[in-house]
Formats: sequence, structure tokens, C-alpha cells
Amino acid sequence: MSMRLYVSRDAGAVAVGADEVALALEQAAAKRGVAIEIVRTGSRGLYWLEPLVEVATPQGRIAFGPVTEADVPSLLDALASNTPHLLRLGATDEIPWLKRQTRLTFARCGVIDPRSLDDYRAHGGYKGFERALSLGPDAILNEVTASGLRGRGGAGFPTGIKWKTVAQAKADRKFIVCNADEGDSGTFADRMIMEGDPFLVIEGMTIAGLTVGATKGYIYIRSEYPHAVEAMNAAIQAAKRGGYLGDKIGGSTYSFDLEVRVGAGAYVCGEETSLLESLEGRRGIVRAKPPLPAHHGLFGKPTVINNVLSFAAIPFILAEGAKAYADFGMGRSRGTMPIQLAGNIRYGGLFETAFGVTLGELVDDIGGGTFTGRPVRAVQVGGPLGAYFPRALFDTPFDYEAFAARDGLIGHGGIVVFDDSVDMRKQARFAMEFCAVESCGKCTPCRIGSTRGVETIEKIINGERVHENLALVEDLCNTMKFGSLCALGGFTPYPVLSALKHFREDFAPIPTTLQAAE
Amino acid sequence: MTTLYEPWDETRGAEIIAEHAGQEGATLVILHALQEAFGYVPEAAIPMVAQALNLSRAEVHGVFTFYHDFRHKPAGRHVLKLCRAEACQAAGGDALAARAEAKLGVSLGNTTADDRVTLEPIYCLGLCATAPSAMLDGRIIGRLDQKRLDALVAEAQR
Repeated sequence: MSMRLYVSRDAGAVAVGADEVALALEQAAAKRGVAIEIVRTGSRGLYWLEPLVEVATPQGRIAFGPVTEADVPSLLDALASNTPHLLRLGATDEIPWLKRQTRLTFARCGVIDPRSLDDYRAHGGYKGFERALSLGPDAILNEVTASGLRGRGGAGFPTGIKWKTVAQAKADRKFIVCNADEGDSGTFADRMIMEGDPFLVIEGMTIAGLTVGATKGYIYIRSEYPHAVEAMNAAIQAAKRGGYLGDKIGGSTYSFDLEVRVGAGAYVCGEETSLLESLEGRRGIVRAKPPLPAHHGLFGKPTVINNVLSFAAIPFILAEGAKAYADFGMGRSRGTMPIQLAGNIRYGGLFETAFGVTLGELVDDIGGGTFTGRPVRAVQVGGPLGAYFPRALFDTPFDYEAFAARDGLIGHGGIVVFDDSVDMRKQARFAMEFCAVESCGKCTPCRIGSTRGVETIEKIINGERVHENLALVEDLCNTMKFGSLCALGGFTPYPVLSALKHFREDFAPIPTTLQAAE
Repeated sequence: MTTLYEPWDETRGAEIIAEHAGQEGATLVILHALQEAFGYVPEAAIPMVAQALNLSRAEVHGVFTFYHDFRHKPAGRHVLKLCRAEACQAAGGDALAARAEAKLGVSLGNTTADDRVTLEPIYCLGLCATAPSAMLDGRIIGRLDQKRLDALVAEAQR
């Protein structure tokens, strides 16, 4: 009997040598005459342990990591003789970092072969779709609404209401659009689920299609994610062959088809109306709302546009019922959030948990502090448009409203950790610089304000009329916040103002004695 | 691993355009396909795309120039992209970017004089838990440090 091994094909694992390790395992096993079968899975999301190698045993999977090519011979020795190995982590499911999580959306990620529809079905895939078929559109809408699911892209709009609006709209054609333009630094959950469990996204979009009466869907994936594009395309082909996409899907009367479209390096296309423009083949210029995409979306037709994680949450909600999902969470933030721990962090990766966990638990306890071993000084939550929080705010629970109350946002759930060597003036300047590079140009406060913001922060860095220029930056931020159509211009003030507010010492004028000494 | 591109050829360009022109909202799809074949989007292709899609040249030019990905001239033989977004900054990306610039003698966004290497910034490869990260001709690299960066630069210069 051959030995079955699992090595991730996730981009994050490949970037640190998973392909090389898989190849070395194959070659070394062949040389020894040992029969092995390597299944290339998604990632478990424990990135400090990648490349992670798992072996199937009668007692479940046993993990080893991080494995390098050089470790392969000794690893095979240990597996053959069932003796201890330095990299042995024990049963994968018992690794505390994984065991502490509540994996509803990411339950299969890292477990199954993302290229195999059979594997997906064997692990509960398409159960939600089957129940959805038996319920019909109205009952599905009730389930999605009762689950309390809110848009996971960042805005947190109730998914049930959005779907209902499209379901009630009258039109000859309707569309389902998946926003996979995950441009926020510090986020990678969309990428992971597309690479590790792509059928889940397809199933979620298919359920949306039959609920609102749409027969065509698009997945707009950023070009920086070639592995995700490949994985989604392969899964779409497999779903078509398996009768889960196309005409009369899953033996029902419904038809639904999907297509991947690739972005072209514009961050602003993660904004939904800009994304729709881009899908239509135009410049990614933000549209004014109303009309809402639900009424007047892609090609002017009623459109459900949701983030990858929103669609990916749907199959669980349908399979297990709204209550099973809504039982997790706090306040108006129901269910789980796949949180991404990134940057200068010791234990970085994907941590899915119910809303309500505090920022401090996430960074210090789960994340283990910084990779460099220096003290954590700042964390940016929610991507380049998210606020910088100091340690003083580490008691903030992970919840849409709690973060908003402290002038922050959870966004797409990314947390980027910085140690005490961070210069917050530089980070504030970068926020403006990024906005200037990525602005679509429609709104003057965003287009011009961001460039003036870079210049003014530079003056502060150079010690020019610091107090006046700080006041100017604050004023500029208010103009951008209230004078921009979308979150790019409207939220760039968050990192800037939070840096000014919580890390004022970095912006203080250089004492005159020091200036004289130079 | 150098990607080999075809030299610009009008007939071939027309074929590529025709292959995708039937899709709804095909402009980006066509521009991507042209760049994949030729390594850039030749100026001469813009009016051809416009005609195929019944758009004005200005509209197609506008789309072409809006997106960071599309090139108006071929890149160097190798393209080294360094992630410059916050997660990689937090993990020491600034110093690595400066080191790459110094080693190659060009600033980010430029190509070396011998046309061997194009050095570009990229804003997030989604490898933020194994930062800092880079991409060399489509191959992704995480946990970048000085040693790994130097090896990448040397590989690109070959």
C-alpha cells in the first residue's frame, strides 16, 4: 500500500518552497522504491509552518513542518520506521493554533484536493446547494437574512437584503459577480479559499444565482493572483463536467454558468462599481450610487456583487441552517470571520473565529507578537485604508461596530503588525502616496488631495512649520473623507489620522537644541 | 526562465483580437491576450482593438493607460517585482527594495541599461504571512531576506 502525503499548492506555501519539497519527496521515494502518493492541497493557513507535509495514518493526519528539501531524506526515514522527527508536530487537527479556530468557511481548506470535485463532495460539498434546491428562492433568502451574514469585503452590508433587492428586480438578465480583487495588504483569505477550496466559491455563487434568478456569474480576480486564477478556472471546468455548472445544474431546472475575468493591477477595482466598469471593459472609474448595483449593475442589469468570503459562507449557512451560523459572533456581527495575521508577526496565517475576539488576543496571544522579537508598536487593521491602532486599543473586540466606534474598520479582516522600529510619519505618508497612485481620478479630493497630502506630510517630516502643516493635513483628511465617492479617497484619512492621533510623538517637531547640534 | 514573446505581427494581432472580440466587455481580455503574446501592447494594436469592438481609439487608449499592468513597450528579459505594500514594509521590505535598486543600478519602475532586468513595485501578492515577498517572471518568493534577494538579482541578471 502506498503512503499518502499532503503538500500544499497554495501560493503562500509555494513561495517558501512547497513545490521543491514535493518534488524532492517524489524523487527520494522513487530512489528508495517506496510507493508514495502526494496530494497537493490548499494551505491550512499556518504559514510559519509552511511547507507543511502531512501523512495519512489510521489515526488521522500527522503534520511535519516547516520542511525543507534537505529534511526530506530524514523525514522519509522517520515515516518508514515510525520514529520521532524534529519537525514532527503531531496530529494536524490537534495543533493548538488550528484547534482554537472555528472553521466554518475554511473547514475544507488544506484538507481536500482543490482540483477534485469528488473530494469536495466527499467532504460535504454541494450539501448547501442541494438544500437550497429543495427550499426555493424565498426560503433561501430567509435563511441568508436570518444568518446575519454581512458583506465580508469590508462594508459589512447585510447580504440577505442585497440578494432580496436583486431577487425583486425585474429584468431580462441578472448577474452574480464575485469580487476577488483582494488588493488590501495583509489580506489573503480570498486567495487561500480560491486556491484551497474553489468549489466552495462556485457553490456559493450558484446558490446566489438560483435565488435571485441570474444565469451568469463572473469572478473578477486580480492579476497578482495567477495561482488563484488557475485554480478557479480548473474548478469551473470540473464543475461543468460534473453537471454543476451549465444547463439544468445538479439535475434541477436551473441554469448557471461562470467565467473568470482577470484584473490588470488597479487597486480601485476592488471597489464594486469600479469593478463593474472594469468587467464591462472600461477604465475602472467609480460610479456614483444610486443607482445601486442591485438595480443597475453589470451591463446595466440587476447584479449581486459580493466578496469571495461572503459567497464562501453561503454553503455552510444553507447546509447547516441560519441558526448554526448566527449562533457565533457578537452584537450585529454574526458568524465567523476569517482573520489574517500578517506583516512582522511570529505566527502569521489564517485564523477563522467568531466575532468578538479582541485585537490583543489576536496579535499577542494567537499571533505570538513580532517575528523580529521586538515589541509590537502598531497594527494596521483592514488594509491600506484601515486605521493604525496602538497597544492602548488592544482591548477592541473584532466586530464591525466596535472598530467603527474607535475610528477604525475591520475591512476584509487583515491585521498587519509593526514592531517598535516603525516610523509612523512614513506610514502616514505611504497611505497618501498609495491613494495618489491608485486613485481613479473621478473625485478631486482623492485625486489631488492625496498628492497634496504626500507633500504636506513630507514637509512635516522635514520639520517645516510642523504645527501648521499638521492642522492642514487634518483639514485635508476631512475634505477627502466627506468629498470622495468611494472608500479609497474616503478612507485614506483613517491610517493618516490614526497615525497622527495615536502616535503623535512621531510627528512632534525636532527640538531646537537637536537642530542646532546638526 | 525567460518568457519568450512573439515579435509584433499585424495578422497575428488581428487573430488574437478576433478570438476574444465576441465576449461581453472584451477590452481588458483582449489587452491581456495581446500582452501575453507580444510582451506588451503595441501602439498599432490600439486602433485595431477599437475597430473590432466598435469603440473610439481614445476609449481603448484610455483603458490601456488606466491599468498598471499594461506595457507600451517590452519589459527587460526578466521582470523582478518587489512587494511594497504595508505587510512587506513591516517585515523589512523597504531595505530590501533599496538594496535591489542599488544592486541593479535602477530605481523601481525602470529597466537596466542592458535590457536584462525590469525592476517593479507591486502592491501585494497576498503572501503577507510570509513577507517580504517578490515575483521573478511569474515565480513567487516569500520570506525574502538579503541572501535570497541577492540570489534573485543574480538570477535575473544572468
